[in-house]
Amino acid sequence: MDVSSQLEKEIDERITHYPVSKRSAVLPVLHALQHEFGYISEEAVEWTAAKLDLEPIKVLEVVTFYPGFRQSAPGKYHIRVCRTLSCAMAGSAELMEELCKKADIDRSGISHHDPIAISKDGTFSIEFAECLASCGTGPVCLVNDDFHEAVAPDQAEKMLDMYRKKES
Amino acid sequence: MADKKITYLKGKEPHQREHRLIFRNVDREGWDPSMDRCLKEGGYEQLKKALKMEPGEITDAVKASGLRGRGGAGFPTGVKWGFIPPTNTKPVYLICNADESEPGTFKDRYIIHQDPHQLIEGMVISCFAVGAKLAYIYIREEFPEGAQILEKAIAEAHEKGFLGKDIQGSGFDLEIYVHRGAGAYICGEETGLIESLEGKRPYPRIKPPYFPAALGLYMSPTIVNNVESLCHVKHILDMGAEEYAKLGTPRNTGTRILCVSGDVKKPGYYEIQVGKVTMGELINDMCGGLKEGRKLKAVIPGGSSAKVLRGDERFKIKQGDEEVEIGVEDIPMDFDTLMACGSMAGSGGVIVIDDSREIPWVLNNINAFYAHESCGQCTPCREGSLWMKKITDRLVRGDGAPEDIDTLDSVARNIDGRTICAFGEASAWPTESFIAKFRDEMVAATQPGSSEKIVNPETTLAAANLG
Ligand SMILES: Cc1cc2nc3c(=O)[nH]c(=O)nc-3n(C[C@H](O)[C@H](O)[C@H](O)COP(=O)(O)O)c2cc1C
Ligand code: SF4
Ligand code: FES
Repeated sequence: MDVSSQLEKEIDERITHYPVSKRSAVLPVLHALQHEFGYISEEAVEWTAAKLDLEPIKVLEVVTFYPGFRQSAPGKYHIRVCRTLSCAMAGSAELMEELCKKADIDRSGISHHDPIAISKDGTFSIEFAECLASCGTGPVCLVNDDFHEAVAPDQAEKMLDMYRKKES
Repeated sequence: MADKKITYLKGKEPHQREHRLIFRNVDREGWDPSMDRCLKEGGYEQLKKALKMEPGEITDAVKASGLRGRGGAGFPTGVKWGFIPPTNTKPVYLICNADESEPGTFKDRYIIHQDPHQLIEGMVISCFAVGAKLAYIYIREEFPEGAQILEKAIAEAHEKGFLGKDIQGSGFDLEIYVHRGAGAYICGEETGLIESLEGKRPYPRIKPPYFPAALGLYMSPTIVNNVESLCHVKHILDMGAEEYAKLGTPRNTGTRILCVSGDVKKPGYYEIQVGKVTMGELINDMCGGLKEGRKLKAVIPGGSSAKVLRGDERFKIKQGDEEVEIGVEDIPMDFDTLMACGSMAGSGGVIVIDDSREIPWVLNNINAFYAHESCGQCTPCREGSLWMKKITDRLVRGDGAPEDIDTLDSVARNIDGRTICAFGEASAWPTESFIAKFRDEMVAATQPGSSEKIVNPETTLAAANLG
């Protein structure tokens, strides 16, 4: 893990937002590292701990609690499909199925602790997320930081294509 | 009430029964979230006015307005502010709760994305009122763009001297920072949120103290308010508390944004005067009614944690001194009536369920949410929420036994009232109320051959993968 001086500068600036306690900066530091490296490695935990003068366990317990932090690399485009009631009523389970089919993702190996499945070519990964606060326009999903609403299951291919085009 | 000067994007016009105060600029033609745009419409004028007042006067105005929190509990905002101990010598903090994760709720999203300066102005006024010099916006991680928009708005407010040192020459200093969560619902619970903001696991704190206003962030008095609540503060100053209190109904004043999802023709957000619109008017007029040929089976009136109401249920409520009997569609959408009907107005998320839906499937989806989101501190909640999900998984698969319904009910009742935080109730109430109101259908789902009726790929997947 090679933290560029630019990234470290950004992180140092973030830490100043917490003048009372540096420990408060755990989440923002982890976000910055995950954004850069795709997931939180053991090294990233150590780095964060050293940066904030904490025992590594204090960082690790945060990483393992929050669904927003990953401990292994996802696909290049990570999809989070809303699973919760209003989206489910609008067809989010069907959307999940279509996305997996079209992106060649096999979800049979997932578990509570390892909820992410990755496509064979590593381009896409997918997981269910809980209510994304757009229940009126379901089914909704996030692809990396892009929000997509009213994605009917038959639009799955079109949405994936947007990202495939970026690759070619 | 529609403001004549304002036009809205085609297809996104507010319904004529709406009263747009907080959502005045949402979906507005030619509107953008910039400082320049906001200043052209009197942005930050209320802040300038506030800075010339005594802080206590602002709190008094908020008390007199009758404003009740829009985050879930409906607690009077001014009263909460008054809980900061008068002898306090520690710094005071204010946190804006922008975690918006109660299923069915989607209003703060639009304020943040489309009108961030309304929120920031409301926050600066509120911080001045309670004496906070450091404030955070705790925003859910799944709003990455929202976080950026807020940071840009904060930078703009700094440039114009609405934030930072000696704001508008008043001698009042304030910094606001955006803090992103990491995908956990429990961070919406205010003490869980505070722990999260301290860099820890978001385990809610044991009460008392009942309010972080006594002991909150860094063990200092802390005011936690929802995004929408903080926006209202600006309008209370603008209109005056007395005029504001004329909106809505007594004890249920002002406007609030209702978010409707599920089986209606036009799901979406509708800002109403509290209590001036009934459930029937909301569903049938504003949301265009149910889908063709469908009947109202159930409605969850205030986010998934609120107890479900059956479509044909009758309620006895007090109107003045009289007791009257009303149906679901007659319920005025306010805090007190929904409570009198055994549920709650909660976060304003109304989920409409028609007769094409299977109740066990609906409850199972809700149970999966709570099983996933329990923070795990209290045994009844951690174990119970998972058991409830496992039992409804069984029902949906067609493997249920008739006695499962009583087991399910008893699991729920052993959570309710026995936990550290209100998540316990939030997770138990759906099961308790669905069983109380749809017992026959739940029992029917345990009869042989019932599984063919419920076709649901999600549960098939869940059953295959998660066991
Ligand atoms: C499990 C749980 C989740 C909550 N989630 C939220 C939330 O996402 N947003 C919110 O504003 N309040 C949420 N609340 C309510 C907060 O604890 C708190 O009461 C509220 O932010 C206070 O603001 P208000 O008085 O302005 O409503 C939640 C409460 C519980 C028990
Ligand atoms: S009730 Fe549930 S969510 Fe709340 S503290 Fe206990 S285990 Fe955590
Ligand atoms: S249920 Fe999917 S966004 Fe709320």
